[in-house]
Amino acid sequence: MNVPNDLLYAASHEWLRHEADHATVGITDHAQHELTDVVYVELPAVGAHFEAGAQICVVESVKAASDIYSPAAGTVEAVNEALVSDPALVNTDPYGNGWIFKLRLDSTSSPSSLKTPEEYSELLGQL
Amino acid sequence: METQLKRTPLATVHENLGARMMEFGGWWMPVQYSGILEEHKAVRTAAGLFDISHMGELVVSGLGAEAYLNGLFTNDVRLLSPGKGQYSLMLNDNGGVIDDLILYKREDGSFFLIVNASKIEEDFAWMQSRLPADVTLENQSGHWAGLALQGPRAAELLQQMLGAECLLPSRNHLIELQIANGPALLARTGYTGEDGFEWFCPAQVATFWWERILEAGRDLGVTPCGLGARDTLRLEACYPLNGSDLSPTLTPLEAGLAQFVKFEKGDFAGRAALETQRTEGVKKKLSALLMQGKTPPPRPHHPVLHEGKLVAETTSGTLSPTLGLGIALAYLPTDLSVPGTELAVEIRGRPFPAIVAPRPLYRRS
Repeated sequence: MNVPNDLLYAASHEWLRHEADHATVGITDHAQHELTDVVYVELPAVGAHFEAGAQICVVESVKAASDIYSPAAGTVEAVNEALVSDPALVNTDPYGNGWIFKLRLDSTSSPSSLKTPEEYSELLGQL
Repeated sequence: METQLKRTPLATVHENLGARMMEFGGWWMPVQYSGILEEHKAVRTAAGLFDISHMGELVVSGLGAEAYLNGLFTNDVRLLSPGKGQYSLMLNDNGGVIDDLILYKREDGSFFLIVNASKIEEDFAWMQSRLPADVTLENQSGHWAGLALQGPRAAELLQQMLGAECLLPSRNHLIELQIANGPALLARTGYTGEDGFEWFCPAQVATFWWERILEAGRDLGVTPCGLGARDTLRLEACYPLNGSDLSPTLTPLEAGLAQFVKFEKGDFAGRAALETQRTEGVKKKLSALLMQGKTPPPRPHHPVLHEGKLVAETTSGTLSPTLGLGIALAYLPTDLSVPGTELAVEIRGRPFPAIVAPRPLYRRS
């Protein structure tokens, strides 16, 4: 499974790209593989605020709906509208065009408590 | 957990092929190989191969077999000539569905039944309790493996494999073939809405035939398929699934299966209850729902609303890969079951628009 070196990871299989007080979030290659064909993404509302670990949106395959959790505390400042017409981007490009939402991080938010690529790879190894 | 589940003769083959496995009706079954969407498409455009060894095979024979089965099932067994099959239902005394099945007549006084995996013991017990002296009932589920080859290219492939001189069965018919380890049965039936075949062979040769069909069908695009695609395919074709869309508290008249209920043939289990229902009219009817526009896929047990009021819940639901829209089945009040009726399906607390659509939702061209 692909685990890029420049991202942070949640144990619930979301990735986070941290840039100053902003973050882009999606689900990992492992997660998209486990979910199989993504056919619907229920995006969060722009402007909504979420705590770290809160259920923020839903990704659905043909078989099942899976909750996605916010890996950090913050306010949604953008969502990936391309997923409305092409939800399979989550499968084909999970770390690129398959991103799901962007957060403006709370000042108290600490993405550094997330897993490093090494720690996340180790977690996958134990699954 | 896995070890308590029943394994078909092909379970190891599925695992070795990298299939994703899950529990289904007490069995350890493949849910998908390459992906549900891809497998679904293969069946609609080429052919797919399914393991249906979990399904039950019951054999009924004897002088009184025809009369016995006619008194137990809703369809008219007397309409069957040797080599012909029919869809039928086994009802309780309230007219509710115990199981839906396919009944083949092999020859006079010899019948072969294909029943649902999760209902084998219950069906057998019900049938056994009504068995007359001149009929024998045998559960041969352990002896048989079942492979379903479904799709527009299925006939071409089988013709190639069995040779040009083999006359393939026509729709709903069965032929017997002599292969290693005993006779095999080839039926032209299925659960996908496509042309297709169900191949029943002794369990010991299941792996041989599975591999042989995949090998011979590679150039035609034949793909191994799991229960995930089986569900999306049957739902597009609006075939009900017992346990989801059929139950002991719902009758075949409510399920829209009246064509398989032959009142004129005489008495059968559940008939009195159905007569009453037929006279009074059914209050609810299994209907096909088509979601309007981009919505989350509906799933079983989602509320169905009409003008904001709860009127039903979905019994099955999925994304239709062919239509690109959500589809579902639900028992709607009869006056709302008319195609074109506007409804909403509530998914995670939000209503999404749907209309009642004619059944089936997919018909092969």
